[in-house]
Amino acid sequence: MALTGVLRPGHAQVRVLDLEESVRFYRDVLGLVETGRDAEGRVYFKCWDERDHNSYVIRQADRAGIDFFGFKVLDKATLDQLDADLQAYGLATERIPAGEMLETGERVRFTLPSGHVMELYADKTSIGNGLAEVNPAPWGPQREHGIAPVRLDHALLYGPNVAEVQKIFTEVLGFYLVERVLTPDGEGNVAIWLSCSHKVHDIAFAEYPEPGKLHHCSFLMESWEQVLRAGDIMSMNLVPVDIGPTRHGVTRGCTIYAWDPSGNRFETFMGGYQPYPDYGPLTWTFDNFGQGLDYPQRKLHETFLTVVS
Amino acid sequence: MSHTVRIEDTGLSYACAPRESLLEGLNRLGLRGIPTGCRGGGCGVCKIEVLAGQFQTRVMSRDHVSDDDVAHHRLLACRVYPASDLSLKVIGKLQRKVCNPASVR
Ligand code: FES
Repeated sequence: MALTGVLRPGHAQVRVLDLEESVRFYRDVLGLVETGRDAEGRVYFKCWDERDHNSYVIRQADRAGIDFFGFKVLDKATLDQLDADLQAYGLATERIPAGEMLETGERVRFTLPSGHVMELYADKTSIGNGLAEVNPAPWGPQREHGIAPVRLDHALLYGPNVAEVQKIFTEVLGFYLVERVLTPDGEGNVAIWLSCSHKVHDIAFAEYPEPGKLHHCSFLMESWEQVLRAGDIMSMNLVPVDIGPTRHGVTRGCTIYAWDPSGNRFETFMGGYQPYPDYGPLTWTFDNFGQGLDYPQRKLHETFLTVVS
Repeated sequence: MSHTVRIEDTGLSYACAPRESLLEGLNRLGLRGIPTGCRGGGCGVCKIEVLAGQFQTRVMSRDHVSDDDVAHHRLLACRVYPASDLSLKVIGKLQRKVCNPASVR
């Protein structure tokens, strides 16, 4: 499959209540690589195997949650085209100038009917993954520091108007629906998993009355062993764990959900399968949501539905 | 040294050390079905009102705690640490769990 259009999740900016406590958590426990701080005081991180300068940015604020989630697109022409397409669809867009985020080009920003701020951008400085570009080693010391996920994989966001959000992603941004959970009456979707690639999800949404809520940002691990090691490191550091280690029925991903020091949930995740855009979506009925969330335990954990930031 | 925390309207009380949050102590009480959320002051499920006693707090999300809430000691239990014996009332999402006798094991 030739990847064009929207390439992948590129960055998330998340609010934290205590910056230095959060820096220690993200750098030394989750094991992200700190790549910079800007004049506003935001701290920039990337996962060890990501090449672009940053993928996860934290900002001190008086409330937790997510500021915005951004996707990298193929090039400047794609950015301009998608901006025009979003406007033609009826969404207001805004241009954030290059350099507003460190090492990041111009961004196109828009707000979804779920209340979430999304961004598209074409340029972010490649700083490499610390390994050579000629005859590289398979990994280096950064992979051994803390949990050390491979990349920012996706986010699950909670808010209203999920059907409208699905239309924007599938009709304008070139995503396709991979899996969904039906409403109890079977007429609509309570949750959707969307892909712009060969992954089981690049972003997901669940219906929720309050707009703009963060359920979790997910970080990719290389193996189930690495997910279990992540669980060990969480316990060693008294990180509050929500669910897991277990396997989702939805996406087949293996998972642990846990919370950062400000109550923002994150996931350490691996696995799933490799869907293509011509696959039809997989459907879960509402009475099987428990298996969708936690396949071995067949349990719809209450916190999954009620605890967001 | 632990302080005694009394939950008004239930007659229940529990011991809570000064370095333990009120939510940690409440969880040890063994009530079934208490939604233990983020434990980081971010999600708001653990809201309580301190009726009497001394306490310390750590920063908590203003999405769930307004100035008026702070003035009236309506706070998030996962971010409140006892400095004396306390009495509290459970409000918000925790309430129906803790105050419903059926939830006592
Ligand atoms: S458990 Fe989330 S705010 Fe206390």
